[in-house]
Amino acid sequence: MAFTFAAFCYMLTLVLCAGLIFFVIWQIIAFDELRTDFKNPIDQSNPTRAVRRTLFPRVCPNQLVVPEYSIHGLFCLMFMCAGEWVTLGLNIPLLFYHLWRFFHRPADGSEVMYDPVSVMNADILNYCQKESWCKLGFYLLSFFYYLYSMVYALVSF
Amino acid sequence: MIPLPPHTYQPNRPAYGPPPTMKPTAPPAGPPGTTGTPPPPKADAQCWGAASSARPPAEPDTQEGDVECPGDVAGNGPQAPNSYNHVDNRMAGAAPPGRHLGHYPSLPPGYQNTSAPPPSSLHPALQAATQPYTQGPQPYQQQPGGPGPGPAQLSPSMAAMSLQSSTPEALRVVNLLQERNLLPPAPVPAPTPCLTQDLQKLNCSPEVFRCTLTSIPQTQSVLNKAKLPLGLLLHPFKDLSQLPVVTSSTIVRCRSCRTYINPFVSFLDQRRWKCNLCYRVNDVPEEFMYNPVSRSYGEPHKRPEVQNATIEFIAPSEYMLRPPQPAVYLFVLDVSHNAVETGYLSVFCQSLLDNISALPGDSRTKVGFITFDSTIHFYNLQEGLSQPQMLIVSDIEDIFLPTPDSLLVNLNECKELVQDLLKSLPNLFEKTMETQSALGSALQAAFKLLSPTGGRMSVFQTQLPNLGVGALQSREDPNQRASAKDVQHLSPATDFYKKLALDCSGQQVAVDLFLLSAQYCDLATLGCISRYSAGSVYYYPSYHHQHNPAQVERFQRDLKRYLTRKIGFEAVMRIRCTKGLSIHTFHGNFFVRSTDLLSLPNVNPDAGFAVQMSIEENLDDMQVVSFQAALLYTSSKGERRIRVHTMCLPVVSSLSDVFAGADVQAITGLLACMAVDRSVTSSLSDARDAMTNAAIDSLSSYRQSALTIQQPGLLAPACLRLFPLYILALLKQKAFRTGTSTRLDERVFAMYQLKYQPLAFAMLMIHPALYRLDDLSDEGALNISERTIPQPRVLQLSVEKLSREGAFLMDAGLVMYLWIGRNCHQNFLSQVLGVSSYAAVPEKLSLLPELDTAESQRTRAFVSWLRDQRPFFPSLHIIRDESQLKPHFLQNMIEDRTESALSYYEFLLHLQQQISK
Repeated sequence: MAFTFAAFCYMLTLVLCAGLIFFVIWQIIAFDELRTDFKNPIDQSNPTRAVRRTLFPRVCPNQLVVPEYSIHGLFCLMFMCAGEWVTLGLNIPLLFYHLWRFFHRPADGSEVMYDPVSVMNADILNYCQKESWCKLGFYLLSFFYYLYSMVYALVSF
Repeated sequence: MIPLPPHTYQPNRPAYGPPPTMKPTAPPAGPPGTTGTPPPPKADAQCWGAASSARPPAEPDTQEGDVECPGDVAGNGPQAPNSYNHVDNRMAGAAPPGRHLGHYPSLPPGYQNTSAPPPSSLHPALQAATQPYTQGPQPYQQQPGGPGPGPAQLSPSMAAMSLQSSTPEALRVVNLLQERNLLPPAPVPAPTPCLTQDLQKLNCSPEVFRCTLTSIPQTQSVLNKAKLPLGLLLHPFKDLSQLPVVTSSTIVRCRSCRTYINPFVSFLDQRRWKCNLCYRVNDVPEEFMYNPVSRSYGEPHKRPEVQNATIEFIAPSEYMLRPPQPAVYLFVLDVSHNAVETGYLSVFCQSLLDNISALPGDSRTKVGFITFDSTIHFYNLQEGLSQPQMLIVSDIEDIFLPTPDSLLVNLNECKELVQDLLKSLPNLFEKTMETQSALGSALQAAFKLLSPTGGRMSVFQTQLPNLGVGALQSREDPNQRASAKDVQHLSPATDFYKKLALDCSGQQVAVDLFLLSAQYCDLATLGCISRYSAGSVYYYPSYHHQHNPAQVERFQRDLKRYLTRKIGFEAVMRIRCTKGLSIHTFHGNFFVRSTDLLSLPNVNPDAGFAVQMSIEENLDDMQVVSFQAALLYTSSKGERRIRVHTMCLPVVSSLSDVFAGADVQAITGLLACMAVDRSVTSSLSDARDAMTNAAIDSLSSYRQSALTIQQPGLLAPACLRLFPLYILALLKQKAFRTGTSTRLDERVFAMYQLKYQPLAFAMLMIHPALYRLDDLSDEGALNISERTIPQPRVLQLSVEKLSREGAFLMDAGLVMYLWIGRNCHQNFLSQVLGVSSYAAVPEKLSLLPELDTAESQRTRAFVSWLRDQRPFFPSLHIIRDESQLKPHFLQNMIEDRTESALSYYEFLLHLQQQISK
């Protein structure tokens, strides 16, 4: 029984990972809403109310993207400091993907990841949805992995 | 070659390889022995899919009533080949008479000798077959080919037809390498969908609503196999001469998918109708039972809603959240030194003064003006002032409105002040030395001014904005054009304009951009402001009031049209389609608000849209699918209106039917839109490759899957025969061409045009039309309101079609060139141009003199008829052989080789090489 730095890392990441899962679920809902919006006939004929409804979910993913990326970056940093190389190795691919996403965002210098003018394009929307589902799976699996690792770190020595 | 009588089916088979066995399932298989009869009715009968009707009736006309065919068959079928070859009667004088003249002499003799039935017998059947299907002006009957197709000229196509006697004309196999004169002599008509006659009679006009595939494939896999893009091209707010308008308190719509009732719904009984998009059964409301047109009761299917595919409803109050907005026009004018130099301000003010009472609107119409250089100037026009009051805001970082209430004023109440202002504006800034331009701040100010009401903002800009927010740097280096591998800077430099456009869109403000500049202005960035707010972009390169009179005239005419054309405010457009189909991508100027909803703060009659579709679920056991575009807008009179267009198309399962229904112009238009997207997101060379691959893929898939008889050469179905030519034209279009001669702004503007213009005009910009003008005659002329308009034939875009003795008009959409040959007929020079000799033709001439001769009248009638057909004003340049503009003229000669691009024949060889690889 020892409360090492590694154990502390796992405890913190466990909490943050739950937050990430929440972020991703939020994203999935937002994209789904984008796709299947407007079944209400009043909105259909009503421009003002329609704007309010769609812009809401569209802004949300953008606001969540940078926190999500930085939290994940923090994970990697902590695991590196704690010397948890295996866990770090598992997270490295996603880290690189995030870096790639961040630096290949729409070229005109905007800070948003999901460009409101092109996100309705079916290809992009499909890609975004798939990306969110994959991330959800990854975070869920890693959540249980962190839980196991935390217990393991706590009980050994 | 087996020496058999030429009228039977067999003799030509060996020339194509496969043994002459009959396969009843193969599309082109028809019963032998019927080859001698005229092909068009048979093509009719086979239209639904040759496989299903292996035994056409002996009397070819019997099926004509209930089965219809693509327009190619009906309209252009037997006559067209004749007219293609017509050109070559002049050209290829070497070909022996009595043979088909338009072909290369390498054809097998047996192929050539297959003679056709006497052409005169074609005509009654043809006439009968064509008349019900042609709606709208398709001037195919006025081909200058003479009274009837001669047997000699008809033979090549007949040979092909007798080979595959049962294929429709659209599927006639054309060997592109051998048939050279494929261009029809008149503008290419839209193909008619293969629908029953009563459905087709009701269908939406192809000018408004067009699909790239007039036969929708049943599954996505068939579509993938065909390698053709599926999409719609729309011109929803087109000025229509006949538009039924319905006023009723309830608008009948499907309860589940909200489709408007349309001609393609089915009535189960008098009380119930079945939606043609989601198949839900709905009740017919009581009010709908009464027909206001015939004043009869109990005939819901005779209501105008069910009789017209294009209809307009006056919407009741549940279609508005706020009261309909008034017409609001705000003009934002650049008054920096550069702008004053170009002299556009006086032209603008004069135009607006002339048309101020013609501005669409009612008693609530408001106008306002903002001018800007390094500061922003507002104009207080409030009623009661003796003269307009100018308010200068120099704090451009944090813009505010000095007197928010009196900057936008009611036009009727303050007309005199507005007129005063317009008269004094050009002089006000005459001596300005301010060279900077704070466009970004001016736009923000204008947005603040308009956001409570919404409306239209017209921005006039003459230089790169270089001060305050949204300032830009010049990104174009002309020296780099040669060295850089690919064209760069096609995407915006900053997202300021895009964000502002989205804000505008949310507040129902549309921004129209007029760019008048000699220097680089970064249209790729500035254009975003119009693109996402559903505005329009006008570009006048090297505008100057003295040096460039042609541009000035264009600007004047465009402004007049712009100020007086119809306008719809706070609009949304929704496109619905039958369950199973879904919308993939939109193209045009708008903001996509939901998967099928476009937000259009303003809609104007000159805007076109394109939509890419995909097939998500199989369309099994569906005979037809429908598309509906509904445009909800506030008219300038403050009425909320809904314009609904519905189009119905057949569903087919076999690949050859999909090819038979291909609409080559629509495909080209949609591919151009896709290529513009590709060149911005990826690179220009990528887009060019994609276009070439589109041609290669579709032709090779046709060869592999749809063609049963393999023969050498580059084979294409007749309906796609122009596809490689149009692709080549796209590759040589200003938007996509390589080489050093194209300026970045002009390229970006060409891209905007391709996406924004309705198909008919975009096609002219892609593939210009060439006419010979020195021998115009009244033969086959149109008569419109007592004017005789000659109809010369469209020539191929190749220098070999030019002759020194002639004068040729090239109509490239935005610009026209009249090329005068060196040895042009004296008659033409004196009677039309009013000069004594070729040498006396002035260097810069942009106006045809009004002479009182028959030739001059004919020429002017033709040119002005061409101009009247389009909403923008093409400037005319009369050029001599040694003119400076000659390279521009020659660049449009698409079929010829240029330094950096292939000739048409080389391009075909390239395609063939890729296909056979």
